[in-house]
Amino acid sequence: MSQPNFDREAALARLSLMERIRAFEETARRAAVDEGLVLGAIHLSIGQEAVAAAVMEPLRRDDYILSTHRGHGHTLAKGADAVAMMKELLGREGGCCGGKGGSMHIADFGVRMLGANGVVSANITIAAGAAHGIKLLGGDQVVVCFFGDGAANRGPFLEGLNWAGVFDLPILFVCEDNRYSASTLTSAMTSGNVADRARAIGLRTTEADGNDVTALAATAAEIIDRIRSTGTPEFLHTKTYRLSGHTYFDPAAYRPEGEADRMRKTTCPIMRVRSELEEAGVSVSELDAIRQAAADEMEAALDAARAAPWPADETVFADIQDIGSPAQEAF
Amino acid sequence: MAVMTYAEAARLAVAEAMRADPTVWCVGEDLGRGGVFRQYAGLAEEFGPKRISDAPISEAAIMGGAFGAAMAGTRPIVEMRFADFALCATDELVNQIAKARFMFGGQSRAPMVIRKPMGMWRSSAAQHSQSLESWYAHIPGLVVCCPATPQDNYSMMKAAIACDDPVVYLEHKNNWEMKGEVDTSLTGEFGKAHVRRAGSDVTLVSWSHTANLCLEAADALAKDGIDAEVIDLVSLWPWDKQAVLDSVTKTGRLVVAHESVSVAGFGAEVVATVAQTVRLKALPQRLGSPRSLIAYAPNLEDQLRVTPAMIAAAATKTMEREDA
Repeated sequence: MSQPNFDREAALARLSLMERIRAFEETARRAAVDEGLVLGAIHLSIGQEAVAAAVMEPLRRDDYILSTHRGHGHTLAKGADAVAMMKELLGREGGCCGGKGGSMHIADFGVRMLGANGVVSANITIAAGAAHGIKLLGGDQVVVCFFGDGAANRGPFLEGLNWAGVFDLPILFVCEDNRYSASTLTSAMTSGNVADRARAIGLRTTEADGNDVTALAATAAEIIDRIRSTGTPEFLHTKTYRLSGHTYFDPAAYRPEGEADRMRKTTCPIMRVRSELEEAGVSVSELDAIRQAAADEMEAALDAARAAPWPADETVFADIQDIGSPAQEAF
Repeated sequence: MAVMTYAEAARLAVAEAMRADPTVWCVGEDLGRGGVFRQYAGLAEEFGPKRISDAPISEAAIMGGAFGAAMAGTRPIVEMRFADFALCATDELVNQIAKARFMFGGQSRAPMVIRKPMGMWRSSAAQHSQSLESWYAHIPGLVVCCPATPQDNYSMMKAAIACDDPVVYLEHKNNWEMKGEVDTSLTGEFGKAHVRRAGSDVTLVSWSHTANLCLEAADALAKDGIDAEVIDLVSLWPWDKQAVLDSVTKTGRLVVAHESVSVAGFGAEVVATVAQTVRLKALPQRLGSPRSLIAYAPNLEDQLRVTPAMIAAAATKTMEREDA
């Protein structure tokens, strides 16, 4: 029997989003490995989709998010167009950044996704600043800043959290703790723990299972509501697991043997919400149809991206600066 | 025209911009008390603590936070206190602010003024004295401005605040008390040099405090019958190549002088550009600091300074007959 108060429709929507994120990344990985179409490194969030799906659920379109090098899931969940994202991964015209950024700089300001970031931790101060801007302008939006566990060991973590606390800014810091800092176990590189650091700075801090999308969505909704009404920053530490390597070509041989397989079988967030839905009476074929629809959507996105041309050569000198633009001063 | 100091001129430009546009605000350490050099004196009283915002000693957050606030629709003026301290926020400036517009495919802008008081003043030693303008001139995405006079600190500050690109705005600490007439009807233009003194024999190119030293050198040269033209570039990116080329085409002689280290300094860029374009009558001269570190003791510090006498000597050298 399903749990009391289980919201079947909400769970189906979350599953659909998580399947879309996974399908986007599986499709991108295939495009990279089999066809060499994805040009640079891509960092997959396979296994971490629940954090993106749950935290984005209570956000409005005009709320802001900032993400990391592992940002496809957050970007899709905020509402970015999968075709424009896939074109960006392939470096094509019509990509959300015009083919200039690629995966690590994916951004869609139209849905107020202010960018992934190639520098770990760097988005934390910027996100605090976006919240500062909201406060200065008298808005009621909130900012959500996603980062990994490795980011807690860089200075901007301290500076950004302190800033948000000092200026009392409407921001949620979300640590997506997938255990690994690139190829190194974060616990071996971290004195104390991340949530305690946030508490020490004075932020209200919640620790949650990052792979339980149902519970996490409820937690996130409560926190976002509170931030919107009080304008006070909070911290959410989510424990998840990166089922793929650091990059798509990283076999992650540094992990203990069998760890990833065990985690895939026991904690995969998609698997878990599927079980909940089955318990609530949704048929396996219906669940499989959701998966298939996501796969079809992303395959079509890849087809569109594959067919798109390279960006026009002259765009290399566009959008650098108005004053002293290299379009006029290329030497 | 009012007479005011270099610090007062910038303060006036900031106050006028803040009155005209409620999205302009200032953030940095100690701004509520007027700033380290009093360049914000009185602004907190007029605009309140939200818009003249004190910040923790947290350069990365000041720079990164201001950038985030710029993306959310404000126009921040960032105070770095000393150019040297801005190095704590190098990732934020170089990897984030300068690149965001491009790498996000034109979706974002960073309309920011980043104030970095630069240069040697007496006995401040190696971490409070540097002139790093050439670093920033090297970074695509940034505008770099080094005003030398009260007039330019007014009119270029106005231009910098109005600019939608990030402007690295380097004010020389030796100039804070410098007085001059300021015409508040003027707005500066990046990439537009000033001919501070017209002359026909030799072109002296400089910027920031050293441009003022070039004027002193030109006065000394005049006593020796050498008529020097002094060009103050005002901004290094973009820089006014045409003004320099026009001048050296007339004089045939070039001296570039700056306070920063000679090696890989912006003077090299000026000399190279001229050398590719104009056949000079004499070898071009470049003056800058030795590639050494700025010391505390005055006699040690002075060995790193470019002086009017050195500039005059370099100019005189270009006047010597090649067969002499």
